[in-house]
This record gives sequence, structure tokens and C-alpha cells, in this order.
Amino acid sequence: MKIDFVNFTPIPALIGGIVIGLAVVLFFYSTGRLAGVSGIANNALTKNTNRATNLLFLIGLISGPIFYQVFISSDIPYIINNNTLILIIGGLLVGIGTQIGMGCTSGHGVCGISRFSVRSIIATISFIFSGVIVVYLMNILGLN
Amino acid sequence: MKNILALISGSIFGLGLTISSMTNPDKVLGFLDLFNNWDPSLAFVMGGAIIITAPMLFVLTKNKNLILSKELHLPTNKEIDKKLIIGSLIFGAGWGLVGLCPGPAISSLALLEVPSIIFVIFMFIGFYCSKFIKI
Repeated sequence: MKIDFVNFTPIPALIGGIVIGLAVVLFFYSTGRLAGVSGIANNALTKNTNRATNLLFLIGLISGPIFYQVFISSDIPYIINNNTLILIIGGLLVGIGTQIGMGCTSGHGVCGISRFSVRSIIATISFIFSGVIVVYLMNILGLN
Repeated sequence: MKNILALISGSIFGLGLTISSMTNPDKVLGFLDLFNNWDPSLAFVMGGAIIITAPMLFVLTKNKNLILSKELHLPTNKEIDKKLIIGSLIFGAGWGLVGLCPGPAISSLALLEVPSIIFVIFMFIGFYCSKFIKI
């Protein structure tokens, strides 16, 4: 392992993280719920309770990059593997996995760890672990 | 009021994801590329968020009166079961394949990039399919 100092951006990462933290706190203050995006997105589609709240949160989420473009910078880097099959499999796995594991990076990784939930700590270790393994295998197979 | 604040918190969340470049799948994969050329930025994003949320959620949880809705909806399940671990491993595999998790995937729809649109459609199909998978 070596650290990628060229791409490492600790200051924007920390500032962005603090901003995300403030968003989670505001959501908790207004709804009494944790801002786990996979849960909110699934509930917005499948449950009638709190549908408006959930949909508005998701609309807000999409507006974030637009506010960034208007007030901070028009340059938002976006580099992705364009292989459609990989996108489809990845989307399905993220959708299925977050529902079975009941949380994603926001629900377990931020909200759960902040509450010192053992479940969330184990979930976070698990998804980072499998993510690291998959990236390692993709590199070996030359798919990245 | 609750709905307006939900909209605002979603916007702030999306803004934070953009500031920290989490809407860029390649940036996220740099964090998961632990064995080769590791970019620790994502750990700083999570750390920055937790510094704020840990104390604030603690205070708000202890003083329900401070909360607008006056009631809390917090997870009560404490069991470490197969579903938690297998589900999280499946999620991580998809995350590692593309570099998108639910928050950044939905936020990045604003960029009108076709890969994000395909990913989000199949993520929602995955949400639906999860109901038929018994673990």
C-alpha cells in the first residue's frame, strides 16, 4: 500500500464531511429520523408514510451539485467506468445489499457510527472490506 | 415546516457530497484501492461528518423537546445477524464495482451523466428485488 498524495484532498474532504454532518443533524432535528439515503430512497417509493418528506430530501440531494455549480465552481469532476453491464450489476448489488443490510454509507457509516452502534460499525467494516476486495480484483483483471 | 427542512437538509447533504468530490466515482474507488494507490479522502469525509453528528445526535436524543417533531424514530435492533453482514458485503461489492453508493448516486443525477442514470435505475430495481431474497 502507498498513499496517493496526488489525489488526496484532506481539506475539501473534511469540509464536505462537516457539511454532510450538519445536513444529518438538520434532518434529525426536523423529522426525528436518521438520514440514511438507501432507506429514505426505498421508503419514498414503497411507503406512503412520510413520502413527501422523503421525496423532498431526495430532490434536495439532487439540487446539491447544482448549488455547488452556481455558488462555488462549475467544475465537478466525474470519472466512471462506462461499461453498461458493470453499471447494471453494481446498481443491483447496491440496491439489494443496502436493503438486506439495512443501511449504506450514510445510514451505517455516518449516522450509525455516530451513535456508536455495533451493528453499524460491523456493517461499515463489511462493506469497505468487500469494496476493497472488488477493486483489487478489478485492478488485477484490468477492468478499471 | 418539516418538509421544507427535509428539502434543505437534502440540499446541504448533496452540497457536502459535491464539495468532498464524493459525487466522483473515481475518487471513491481511490479510497477502496487500498492495496495499490490509496486516497484516504473518504475517511476524512466520514470523519468530518461524525465529528458533527456524534455530539449533536447525542444531545438531541437526550433532549427530545429540542426536536421539532418531538418524537424519535431510531433503530432498536441490536442483533448482529447474517442479514446485516451478507447485505453489507453485497452492497460493498457493488460499491467497489462502480464507485457509487446511494447518496452520491442520487446526487450525481444532477450532472445528467448517463452512467449515473443507469446505475440509479438498477439500484431501485435492486431495492425492489431485495424483498424476494431471503437470508
